[in-house]
Amino acid sequence: MFLKEYLSDVAKGVSSLLKGMRKTGYYFTHPKEIITEQYPDNRATLLMSERFKGEVVMPHDANNEHACTGCTACELACPNGTIKVVTKFEVSPEGKKKKAIDALVYRLELCTMCNLCIVACPSDAIKMAPNFEHSVFDRTKLTKILNKPGSKIREGIE
Amino acid sequence: MYNQTEIIKDTSELGAEGELVINMGPQHPATHGVLHLVVTLNGETIKKIEPHLGYIHRSIEKMCESLTYRQFIYVTSRMDYLSSHINNLGCALLVEKGMQIEVPDRAKYIRVILSELTRIASHELWLGAMAMDLGAFTPFFYAFREREMITDIMEDTCGARLTMNYIVPGGLMYDIHPDFQKKVKAFITQFKSKVTEYEDLVTNNVIFQSRTKGVGILSAEDAISYGCTGPVARASGVSCDIRKIYPYEVYDKVEFDEVIETAGDSFARYIVRVKEMNQSIRIIEQLIDNIPEGDFVGKTKNVLKLPKGEFYTRVETARGEFGVYVVSEGGTTPHRIKFRSPGFSNLSALNHISVGSKIGDLMASMGTLDLVIPDIDR
Repeated sequence: MFLKEYLSDVAKGVSSLLKGMRKTGYYFTHPKEIITEQYPDNRATLLMSERFKGEVVMPHDANNEHACTGCTACELACPNGTIKVVTKFEVSPEGKKKKAIDALVYRLELCTMCNLCIVACPSDAIKMAPNFEHSVFDRTKLTKILNKPGSKIREGIE
Repeated sequence: MYNQTEIIKDTSELGAEGELVINMGPQHPATHGVLHLVVTLNGETIKKIEPHLGYIHRSIEKMCESLTYRQFIYVTSRMDYLSSHINNLGCALLVEKGMQIEVPDRAKYIRVILSELTRIASHELWLGAMAMDLGAFTPFFYAFREREMITDIMEDTCGARLTMNYIVPGGLMYDIHPDFQKKVKAFITQFKSKVTEYEDLVTNNVIFQSRTKGVGILSAEDAISYGCTGPVARASGVSCDIRKIYPYEVYDKVEFDEVIETAGDSFARYIVRVKEMNQSIRIIEQLIDNIPEGDFVGKTKNVLKLPKGEFYTRVETARGEFGVYVVSEGGTTPHRIKFRSPGFSNLSALNHISVGSKIGDLMASMGTLDLVIPDIDR
């Protein structure tokens, strides 16, 4: 009786193992069904989702103009103090004073990609870019000024 | 100069004759993080387990007191990172409850679908990692193959794979991706065709069964007295699904079963999680074609201020009941905030279920508790 039970246990064990081995053997003989991506080699064809939150950028158009009014809504919305808006006063030819940004300082090393600054921006001046390779050799390179040198605010944005 | 006799006296207090104290962790591959267990052994038999916490403490509760009601939601993604979406949902529900913000139906449906996808992704990762703890390496890759489809859906819609921060008080940050429904349906077909592979590889495997059956038995009374929730308590026969008892969002409109097993051992906890994945698929199938049209975010004030008082909401994460308790003084930031995390209570039962068993069984009982260390430490 004991021997019979023991042998049936062995048979059950071997069959359950073989069942599992069949599954792994199937993928061993069907390499086309393997979906592993060879990351550094497939860089050229790698497509990130358009919404992927990689870093904050400020889009500029062909005339080197952006949409940032310097309202500091992003600075207030940021939970970690990642963004610092430095403003200046521009004097127009008519002698009118107008507030504009001098620099929008963005510290990538503090950013958690929570997207709250993008939602807070009333003029859609900043957006998330899908870059994710941020490694640099020098820490200071992570502090970025988002507005390009010599850029201006686009006409018609208040 | 130190007194040598005192040191000898100190070490003698550590354990009785013949007992051995070993430190498992904080850098141990099977603890899935920086959990430090001080295990007292007699031979191979476990006498006592003492978890030491604090290696990944970031004082999230205190941090939240300096953040506004819009900002504090993102921090909770960093607690239980495998069910970050559900943590965010719990916090958003609290703000909506406190301020009586009306949430559009569309947002509610999408929130529930994403919550269930998060639950499946969490259980998939657990299944792979748990099988790996017990020495089976292949299921890890199979589980991650399906999980990858979910993270792709999350990446398309929320913009991140793990720490989503897609929920804002009043609704969602932005509308779903146009391909969302198509991709979720593709995932459901893929999942249904591949779920038999787990059964062949893990559930019916004789080695897996003999290592988990009868190991780490937690009775229903103990599950209640230790405060266990989620799949751990349901495997012991305790009905504790927040989605059934206190339905939030649209859980009262969908049909699903609360999975309850009575054995209370590691294998029962495994079975509960596998069956729960199928129930989550059932919920998604009911909702995915019926997402109503309309706004994805309700009207909220620019500055959110909770009225004076105390607020508590709870949601069912992949690990159990997640509670948010806020004391408000009427300002823009919480006066005091407390998170009730499921992992902490589930860990407290570990000593009880492991005493008397062998050290090899500790892997099985710890793996099936599904511990996420940042959730325990906060």
